This record gives sequence, structure tokens and C-alpha cells, in this order.
Amino acid sequence: MVMNNIFANITLIQVLIMIFALFAWSRAILRLKSKNIGLGELLFWSIIWIAVIVVALFPEIISNLSEIAGVGRAVDLVVYVSIIVLFYLIFRLYVIIDSKNREMTTLVRELAIRDAKHKDISASKIGKRNIRRKK
Amino acid sequence: MKIFIVIAAYNEGKSISKVVLGLRRAGYENIVVVDDGSRDDTFDSAIRSGAIALRHVINRGQGAALKTGMEYALRNGADIIVHFDADGQHRVEDLDAMINPVKSGKVDITLGSRFLRPVKMPFFRRLTLKIAVLVVWFFYGARMTDAHNGFRVMNRKAAESIEITSDRMEHASQIVEEVRKKNLRFKEIPVTIVYTDYSMQHGHGGILQAFKVFFKMMFRRLID
Repeated sequence: MVMNNIFANITLIQVLIMIFALFAWSRAILRLKSKNIGLGELLFWSIIWIAVIVVALFPEIISNLSEIAGVGRAVDLVVYVSIIVLFYLIFRLYVIIDSKNREMTTLVRELAIRDAKHKDISASKIGKRNIRRKK
Repeated sequence: MKIFIVIAAYNEGKSISKVVLGLRRAGYENIVVVDDGSRDDTFDSAIRSGAIALRHVINRGQGAALKTGMEYALRNGADIIVHFDADGQHRVEDLDAMINPVKSGKVDITLGSRFLRPVKMPFFRRLTLKIAVLVVWFFYGARMTDAHNGFRVMNRKAAESIEITSDRMEHASQIVEEVRKKNLRFKEIPVTIVYTDYSMQHGHGGILQAFKVFFKMMFRRLID
């Protein structure tokens, strides 16, 4: 009875959110298969996208949660949580970019040291040549 | 004692050979020029003037370039490492006074200072540098008259213990911080900075650059 009721009243936005969440989740699983991310990271993304799907199916959950959290409107809670998650992700991105930058500098440095060039030219010769050019 | 002079150069094709030749005529042999991914002929110029030329294939910033040069010098048995400017701001004549305290073992590092002697300087540059001195004093407790002079001489121990992790311009403050942290003995030496038209329009972003450096310093403190 209850289930029927849900599927009967489902809106387009709910469907779209669910499709997107499933798509994003599948990307995460594919990335685990190609070993781009670890198991822990997949778990993190799985929790997020499953939560999105559950909330899309049963929006009442948010209303109950927001009451518990003491946030007036249900939508506000979603926005607050989203912002926190986004901040966390940006911080992680910053850390990753920073470490990549350092790795790149190390690489550039090793290349530079390996390919150091030195021609033995005596200083006096160069001095003379420079003087001649000035004339 | 093996002395290595490290010069970080970015688009300094016009001045680099003059600087290198000046040093060579004064009798310095190991001059390491690190071309930081320049788009001009800095690298070839450096080779032609007889320097040991290293090239960053991608621009990584002055701090990174100096570290590359130091790394090279350390691997090739340097006892003393000098940081020298690529655009002719520093005078070869000041080198002896800078090197001697390190050579004799009195200190681990000497830092050039423009403010120990009366000096003429554009007002805004003086102001920026003085504020920087205050910031360094406040954050690192190091009382210096001129924290951002690129002229430095250090012994092997100092060169090995100073960690430069900031690739960009914050490295000057970071070196001061490291000197304090690692308890290195330091001394400021009066030097004369030559402000030519060329060096004025080159390499310094003025007050805006200073603000950028300041905020990066703050940010680094938050993150690390």
C-alpha cells in the first residue's frame, strides 16, 4: 500500500535526481575497478549517493531529520549539509593539488640536475670577446 | 673550500651573462645558473658565459629554482653556497664581506641587508620591505633589518638543514623561519643593491606581490 503510494506520486525531479545519483555511483564503481580509487573512497561515495537516492525516494526523512537537527525548513538542512560536504571536498582537492605540485617540482628538479650543461670556457677569453664586440 | 654560486634566473637573457662574467672575473668558478623555464635565451646565454646551466622544463618559481641549484651544489661537494641575483642587483664587491664570516666558521649563514647603510630607494619599495620586516619579526621572532634580500651565503650544514617547500616568492620568509627553527647562527651584512632601470621593471610585483606573499604565508600556516 505504502510503496504504491510513493511510486504513484513520484515527480520528475525525483526521477532525475535518482538517475543522476545512479550514474555518479556507477562512475565511482568503475573507478574502483580501474583502481583509480581505493575501497574507502568507494565507500564514501556509495554512502553519499545512496543517501541521495533514499532522500529522493522518501523526502519525509529530511523533514524528520531537520526537526531533530533544529533546522526550520527541510530544504535548509539539505543546503547546509551540501555546503559542508563541498567544503570538505574542496579541502581535499587543495591537499591533492599541493602534493602533486610538489611532486612536479621534484621531477623538474631531478631533470634539471641530470641534464646540467657546462662548457669550459675561460673567463679571460669571454672577457676579450665582449670587449671586441663593444668596439 | 668549494664555493658554489647559485643564481635563479627567469627571463634574464639580457643580464645573465654580464652577471656570470662578473663573478668569473672575480675568480669564482662554480656558478650554477638555474633557468626557471624562461622563454628567452637565458639558458644558452648562461652556457655561453661559462656557467653550469640547469634548466627547469616548466616554470616552478624562484624558491624552487634556488633549491634546485643548492641541490646540485650539495651533490657536487659544495662547502659554501651563495644565493646571488640574476638581474645585476647584487655587487660582486660585496661577496667577500658576505662569505668571510661563513668561511671562518663564525656563523652558518649571512644575509645581505640594504638597510644597514643609508640608501636611496623608491618610497613604496622601502615601505613594502619595512612592513615585510615587521611581519617576519611578528611571525618568526627574527629581528632583521631586511628579510627579503636575495643575497645569502651559507655553509653546507645550513644548506642541508634549510627546507624550502614554497616554490614561489615566499621562500625568502621561509628561509628566515628555517634559520630560527634550526637554530642556525646568522648575521646580517650591509650590501649595496644596484637599482638599475632594468631591475626596477623586472621581477618585483611591488605592493601587490607583497600582499600575495603575505596571504600565502598565512595560508600555509593554516594548512601545514
